[in-house]
Amino acid sequence: MKRRHFVVSLMLPFAARAQGFSSPADPAKWIGEITGGSTPEKSGIEIEMPQIAENGNAVPLHIRVASPMTSGDHVKAIHVFAERNPRPRVATFHLGPDAGRADITTRVRLGGTQNVTVLAELSGGRWRVAAQNVLVTTGACLDEGSL
Amino acid sequence: MIEGRLRVPGSVKAGEPFEVRVLILHPMENGFRHEADGREIPMHIVNRVACTYGGREVFSVDLGTGISANPYLVFFVRAGQAGELKVEWVDDKGERGSARALVNVA
Amino acid sequence: MWLSALFAAVTVASGIEYQSDAVKAMQADSFGNPGLLWVDRGAELWKQKCTGCHGDVASMKGVAARYPRHSPQLGRVVDLEQRIQACMPGLAWESRDLLGLTALVARQSNGIPISVDVSGPAASTHERGRSLYFERQGQLNLACTNCHDANVGKTLLSEPISQGQPADWPAYRLEWQSLGSLQRRLRACYFGVRAEMPAFGSDDLVALELYLAVRAKGLKASVPGVRR
Repeated sequence: MKRRHFVVSLMLPFAARAQGFSSPADPAKWIGEITGGSTPEKSGIEIEMPQIAENGNAVPLHIRVASPMTSGDHVKAIHVFAERNPRPRVATFHLGPDAGRADITTRVRLGGTQNVTVLAELSGGRWRVAAQNVLVTTGACLDEGSL
Repeated sequence: MIEGRLRVPGSVKAGEPFEVRVLILHPMENGFRHEADGREIPMHIVNRVACTYGGREVFSVDLGTGISANPYLVFFVRAGQAGELKVEWVDDKGERGSARALVNVA
Repeated sequence: MWLSALFAAVTVASGIEYQSDAVKAMQADSFGNPGLLWVDRGAELWKQKCTGCHGDVASMKGVAARYPRHSPQLGRVVDLEQRIQACMPGLAWESRDLLGLTALVARQSNGIPISVDVSGPAASTHERGRSLYFERQGQLNLACTNCHDANVGKTLLSEPISQGQPADWPAYRLEWQSLGSLQRRLRACYFGVRAEMPAFGSDDLVALELYLAVRAKGLKASVPGVRR
């Protein structure tokens, strides 16, 4: 009886690590660092990503932030955060009124199923945030990139 | 020189945002991969892309290892008059690349 | 042999049909298909090294659709990469230059039905390729046909199994984060069944490519392909 308990308690920390790459980084903490404590509004951002990504190496990401993009009212920056990536800060896009539209598309790496958070910095000290969950699957016919 | 391709529309309307598309040849090595013999492959990424129009910066990106290999970017630019659109990129070893296009404004 | 007759009735379909919408969109993207970065390099090289004899690359229209083929000069069946290597020595397998030229030339046959000649000197290579396709191998003891005929469309760990068609190669494989040749993909299949991978340029790989091209008769290429 005693020995069985001992073995189970040894296994618990390893069981926790088996769940994906690591426990997710906290988007709230990252948001706070960038906004300096301001709470972003949960509106005004559209995130287009596939619900299921066949391969985490290249997942399309299309972001649109509603904004007239005038000198008085525009998106200054768009930050992207992937909570389960080994380096969660994916990219920061710098815009301004000359961009004309806060609409960007790229391809990102996702190290597993997770939420992708998008934080938009607007002129006048305003912030918007949105998040999207993506299921990242793994195929059977992987060759580990071997030549 | 880091190779890449750039596309802008043939002609644009003054003041109306137009689409700019960029595709850059780069492995975006994230520093987590290993050779077959176990040696670590060091991080090697394009970390900044900047777009200027008529010499003024209108858009830029700070890229991390979470951007896919062969970075693909689509963004918008608004122009009042004809000019040269230039996109430049640089990696963490200081290697550079660029592409430019003349934009016809109707 | 009867197995090949049984499966001949199936409509040939490109591997792109078995990919996700995102991958399909990436292949169809006439600007953003990552393979085009290699095609650009191929076009540069063509201008520098090939126009002297071949003129404009459009003169290559229809050529790739007939490969692999027996080369009288080289005395054996060769695939497109090997034909280019024979023309321009020093291009290593999977090098940016060889991939670029192969993709550029193959692209000139986009939309043209694959149609290879296996008569005469190519017949024995065709036979070898066919027997390889039906031969179980590797630690997993699987033959190509076990997946790519018997289980097409079924999923292997969430991944739909394709027919294993050669049409859209060279292709950009997300797994490789690079464009790669059909031979690289076939070697990866050997890896997949835990068999020893034949060397690049080996007779077995060319024989298999030839059989696959016969099996793909009528399929129209779309190079560069994009695959997961």
